[in-house]
Amino acid sequence: MRITQGTFSYLPDLTDDEIKAQVQYCLNNSWAVSLEYTDDPHPRNNYWEMFGLPMFDATDPAAVMYEIAECRRVFPNHYIRVNGYDRQRGRATTMLSFIVNRPPNEPGFQLERQEFGDRRIKYTIRSYAADKPSGQRYE
Amino acid sequence: MATHSTDGKKSRWSAGVTPYAEMGYYNADYVPKDTDIICAFRLVPQEGVEPIEAGAAVAGESSTATWTVVWTDRLTAHEVYQAKCYRVDPVPGTDQHIAYIAYDLDLFEEGSIANLTSSIIGNVFGFKALKSLRLEDMRIPPHYVKTFQGPPHGIVMEREYLNKYGRMLLGATVKPKLGLSARNYGRVVYEALRGGLDFTKDDENINSQPFMRWRDRFLFAMEAVARAMAATGEIKGHYMNVTAATMEDMYERAEFAKDIGSVIIMIDLTIGYTAIQSMAKWARKNGLILHLHRAGHGTYTRQKTHGVNFRVIAKWMRLAGVDHIHAGTVVGKLEGDPNAIRGYYKTLREDKLAADPVQGLYFEQDWASLPSTMPVASGGIHAGQMHQLLHYLGEDVVLQFGGGTIGHPDGIAEGATANRVAVEAIIQARNEGRDYLAEGPDILARAARWSPSLYKALEVWKDVTFNFEATDVPDAALTSTLNY
Repeated sequence: MRITQGTFSYLPDLTDDEIKAQVQYCLNNSWAVSLEYTDDPHPRNNYWEMFGLPMFDATDPAAVMYEIAECRRVFPNHYIRVNGYDRQRGRATTMLSFIVNRPPNEPGFQLERQEFGDRRIKYTIRSYAADKPSGQRYE
Repeated sequence: MATHSTDGKKSRWSAGVTPYAEMGYYNADYVPKDTDIICAFRLVPQEGVEPIEAGAAVAGESSTATWTVVWTDRLTAHEVYQAKCYRVDPVPGTDQHIAYIAYDLDLFEEGSIANLTSSIIGNVFGFKALKSLRLEDMRIPPHYVKTFQGPPHGIVMEREYLNKYGRMLLGATVKPKLGLSARNYGRVVYEALRGGLDFTKDDENINSQPFMRWRDRFLFAMEAVARAMAATGEIKGHYMNVTAATMEDMYERAEFAKDIGSVIIMIDLTIGYTAIQSMAKWARKNGLILHLHRAGHGTYTRQKTHGVNFRVIAKWMRLAGVDHIHAGTVVGKLEGDPNAIRGYYKTLREDKLAADPVQGLYFEQDWASLPSTMPVASGGIHAGQMHQLLHYLGEDVVLQFGGGTIGHPDGIAEGATANRVAVEAIIQARNEGRDYLAEGPDILARAARWSPSLYKALEVWKDVTFNFEATDVPDAALTSTLNY
């Protein structure tokens, strides 16, 4: 399966030039760009690991592209996403977030059903990969 | 008591009927206070009724006046409680006038849409001295805004909750809207969500009918939502319509939706303002997103000279507290002038608005950090219009493709994928700095080369447009607007 979180998961994987154009868009909007990576892609895992601090002072997309290359080098089999963050009052949230690296094999999620009477079911989804300890999941 | 003053005019307090304008309901020198609620009414007086008297009558009948002088007014600080019509402008080329009326804040109960509307539209719309009357806009001062809870979550919280950023959200209303069994209904939900939509939706008139009871629908829909989440790794939702005959029924259905794990419920405008405010409190307390379908609004929002403009309903609903509201598509099958719709969207989404006659915004509006409401565009839209939809409606909107998903020749999931590919391709192009409106058809055609789902969708719906004159266009925009 292909996890479709992020703004552009239904497009073919973005090329580096295409990623750079999106980074430029963030910088044009004065959004701070950050990189995060994880091997726990549960949709409610909000806290992917930060690859350094958000790049508040970056003005050149090349600097961000360098960090993306570094992150990919260290975590080639992790999910990596690029986020654009708008600190403006009333917003103060992520404005763009897209995946730029994913493991070659994505085993997907198991849906667990817990029946608890009156035909009701509690649903839980679990990443198959997350059965292993972090760091050993997408070897 | 003297009934007439020395100049022959009836004195203000003598018994009998006195023109409203002479009782203080018209005052051209009045300067509205920052704390006043101000309204703009479009009125057409009966023959022989002066526009100023008509404006004063509206002010009177929507505040303290009755048809005759009553001495008991003198027991009160009536100058404060009287609404004041302070300006009446003719609308060129018509028999219409715009009357501006200011209301003191003390006239209204804190945090009550029912009270606000009973005052301002309670009696006056049936008034015989007017041929017709329409409430066009309302300036709600921050002092009053702050007495309302507002949307349970707002756009920022909704996006963080759903973990979805940077693009329009996508939904679909399950069709046919009536007659499916719960099991078949859930099939549509599953296919649409796994194909790439973020939401599916009950229609406004799907409540609990003989062919499908609410509890069965909720259970099957939730199975579909959970399956689609596992299939995509994304958070998904189905708007479970809890609209019912009584508050007790609605609370029961909402609690059930919460128990089985839904992220969102919905209500219809037909349940009434008070019920909407109750459900807004429930949704804030319980963490569910609250979607509102504006069922019935067309009966009073559509005609240019009588009723209540939708921008006013939009303001009331943001105050009452809904996270989503249907607010027009521009390009789809339902009524909507592009400028007027931009005005509605701004009203729902922005924190501070300037007056803008072209968009029908008569007043500035300061929402004082009240959460924003996500507009929903629904009705006759399809993937081939994605560039226009982004241009007219922006990014913070839920685009609902019912027919445009379920009617795809290769199936519902393919229809959903077509819409998702189209939205991502257009967003990517916009962010790259391309002229996505002009190049839209080309951008979509290029994406269709690698996306067979989008290719089919574009083929099927390529010639579908709904080009009709809008019945309601802001006066200032009349000369410059075409309806797309």
